[in-house]
Amino acid sequence: MNIIFLLMSVSLIIALIFIVLFIKSVKNGQYDDLYTPSVRMLFDDEIVKENDKKDEKELINN
Amino acid sequence: MPKEICYHCGAECNNDKVIFDGKPFCCNGCKTVYEILNQNELSCYYDLDQSPGTIPTEIKGKYDYLDNEEIAEKIIEFNDGTTSVVNFFVPSIHCSSCIWVLENLDRLNKGVRTSIVNFPKKEARITFKNEEISLKQVVELMTSIGYEPNINLESAEKSKLKIDRTLIYQVAIAGFAFGNIMLLSFPGYFELDEFWLNRFKPFFHLLMFGFSIPVVTYSARDYFISAYKGLKHGILNIDVPISLGILVLFFRSSYEIFTHTGQGYFDSLSGLVFFLLLGKVFQQKTYSFLSFERDYKSYFPIAITRIDPKDNSHHSIAVHNIEQGDRLLIRNEEIVPVDGIMISGNALLDYSFVTGESLPVTKKSGDKIFAGGKQTNGAIEMEALQTVTQSYLTQLWSNDIFSKTTDKSIKSLTDRMSKYFTIIILAIALISGLYWFFIDKNTAFNVVTAVLIIACPCALALSAPFAFGNMLRIFGKNKFYLKNTDVIENISRIKTMVFDKTGTITTNKNTDISYEGEKLSASETEEVKSVLRSSNHPLSRILFEYLPGNSDKTITDFKEILGKGLQGKVGDHFIRLGSAGFLGMKDEKKLNTYIFIEMDGKVKGKYIFHNVYRKGLKELFKELSKNYRLAILSGDNAGEKETLEKILPPGSEILFNQKPEDKLNYIDHLQKEKEQVMMFGDGLNDAGALAQSNVGIAISENINVFSPACDGILDAGRFNDLPKFVKLSKQTITIIKISFILSFTYNLIGMYFAVSGNLSPIIAAILMPISSISVVTFVTLATNYISKRLLN
Repeated sequence: MNIIFLLMSVSLIIALIFIVLFIKSVKNGQYDDLYTPSVRMLFDDEIVKENDKKDEKELINN
Repeated sequence: MPKEICYHCGAECNNDKVIFDGKPFCCNGCKTVYEILNQNELSCYYDLDQSPGTIPTEIKGKYDYLDNEEIAEKIIEFNDGTTSVVNFFVPSIHCSSCIWVLENLDRLNKGVRTSIVNFPKKEARITFKNEEISLKQVVELMTSIGYEPNINLESAEKSKLKIDRTLIYQVAIAGFAFGNIMLLSFPGYFELDEFWLNRFKPFFHLLMFGFSIPVVTYSARDYFISAYKGLKHGILNIDVPISLGILVLFFRSSYEIFTHTGQGYFDSLSGLVFFLLLGKVFQQKTYSFLSFERDYKSYFPIAITRIDPKDNSHHSIAVHNIEQGDRLLIRNEEIVPVDGIMISGNALLDYSFVTGESLPVTKKSGDKIFAGGKQTNGAIEMEALQTVTQSYLTQLWSNDIFSKTTDKSIKSLTDRMSKYFTIIILAIALISGLYWFFIDKNTAFNVVTAVLIIACPCALALSAPFAFGNMLRIFGKNKFYLKNTDVIENISRIKTMVFDKTGTITTNKNTDISYEGEKLSASETEEVKSVLRSSNHPLSRILFEYLPGNSDKTITDFKEILGKGLQGKVGDHFIRLGSAGFLGMKDEKKLNTYIFIEMDGKVKGKYIFHNVYRKGLKELFKELSKNYRLAILSGDNAGEKETLEKILPPGSEILFNQKPEDKLNYIDHLQKEKEQVMMFGDGLNDAGALAQSNVGIAISENINVFSPACDGILDAGRFNDLPKFVKLSKQTITIIKISFILSFTYNLIGMYFAVSGNLSPIIAAILMPISSISVVTFVTLATNYISKRLLN
């Protein structure tokens, strides 16, 4: 069961990596604005009309 | 025929409406924006919000200064030669469509790479390629679709405010440590004597100790600093017991693990710090929510007159809607709402609201004038240099000069109680610790820490601010805008209500006007109207709206004598308008309000105003008279006496011919008799009386009568809800008292368990922030409930 020492140490290091990443992302300003991303997420993507136009042009040329 | 609404901005389309693509628009600007959006397939802008746009302003030549490299450099955040990043403040951002359009700016112009909107701050950060589009073109593009950025060169010099994120870091570390320590201490909870568990005990204990070090040194830092500062000044604040509790836990636990006598209490310690900090975050979020509402979203019923440059027509707009470059008309006695440049008129500004100096300042055309000054010499026109900072106006309003001191307020009660609270807690901790020390050392330690942790004066610190803050927000939503939380307390204590007549209980709309006397020619009417334009008196405003024609004649020697009349010279004529007494005429037997017109010394005739009282006034007074003494002060003659006597309950005072000083003296007289007085006026001729009374409310009918000496503004449309507002104020105080009792009971019960040794520190650690959160939740829900019941 001495493996516990190794297991604990490794999981500790991984956990520490996570907390460091969290602090870095907060420092980066990711969480300063909590409202706009919630609205931005709901915008629809426009149907790309470019391909249709390109197909039409090809048809006319051929 | 009902008026059509502009498809873009939602304003009413009047005569100059434009029809395009089968849809109505109020002006060419809105139609152009629609065209641009449509051509670039951005028309789903309109799907997101109904009529989401704002009217774009004239932009030709306005931004040429941005071509100048030096100036552009100040505004641009980042520039590496090919790409630039600029962060604009765009006050017209107000809905999800705005976010959508601004983030799709690249579709309107390929030179824009990306744009990101920060909605709470109303900012847009735009990245663009220098070769394809210039800064000036970016700004012009944004303006053309109605999102003009607010470029303030002076503030661009200041360094960026660093957002304080320490609290987030502290919570993160405390939470991280808490979770891990709980996992590590899990085996120890079972108290088994197993070989393998014992082998790893030291290792686990060391890890727990390691995790709690950052918690104590970093996350809990603020409590230690605050306690230390308080002790230095000889004050025992509530952070003292908390800091003591944390330190006791930490040292005792460290002692236990290094002498192998126990597991320690690191789980309680980190849990305590974590939950405490969570409580702080919750408090901070709520405060910033409340102040955001107040500064940006709540109703601030101050209107300003904007002059349309095309046809010189006057529009009354709300102060939020002032845009840079707008031409504003500031009448006599009105306040300048934004910094701007003088264009025409004689500016004689009284800055006593801002600086305390009552000596008025003269400004000429071209001078910069600052917000907050009151114009005292006729009308002036100015050009706005920026948009209104509502927070500046509210700050002006809350200026110390205008605060009214009250001795027996909730705040002073709180302060007194918190002083005793800490001493009592420490005493109990000491006594019960000593008692248990002689019986069982372990329990003694548990008891001391539990006592220090469970005692929470949170109700004292939190309930009053939250209750008042929430009430203030609810009132604001219902168009009753109060200066600060003290006003609510003052309202709950009043006994007498005094009302002004003209403009307060009479309405400025639907007034019947008739004219008797020599008929005035069209040009004479225009001259009269020009003189009227400069005055902000309710009667002048009504007459101004009523008279036909233009009002752009130049006036010289304008003078307004409050409560009496106006005079001014237009062209060759010297015009005087006012009451009979003002014009030196004999007092006839009158039943109505008159404005007499005198031209070059000869009285031409009079306008007769038939007073229209607000609807539901009688019922309102009946309701109020149940609990309050009522009085009416009027600057008019006694012609209305009988009508008023019918509306008011018997025994109420009705005084006429009151000059502004008379009104003030009446209030003062009442206060000397220990009466708490609430005064309602139009904010203009009763500014002094409003300031003198315990609570002074200005009734607003879209008029710019912002007088910082008043304590609140009530929208005229909500006048009949007055009894409800007063009742709610009283109930708020009751709610706060209930929360005090609740917290006190909670503390008693908690203390009982702690002193009898039945409370483990970790339970205490969890209960403490729960108690603060529950007090706050109770207060918030209760205030929401009572207001929903009464106001909806």
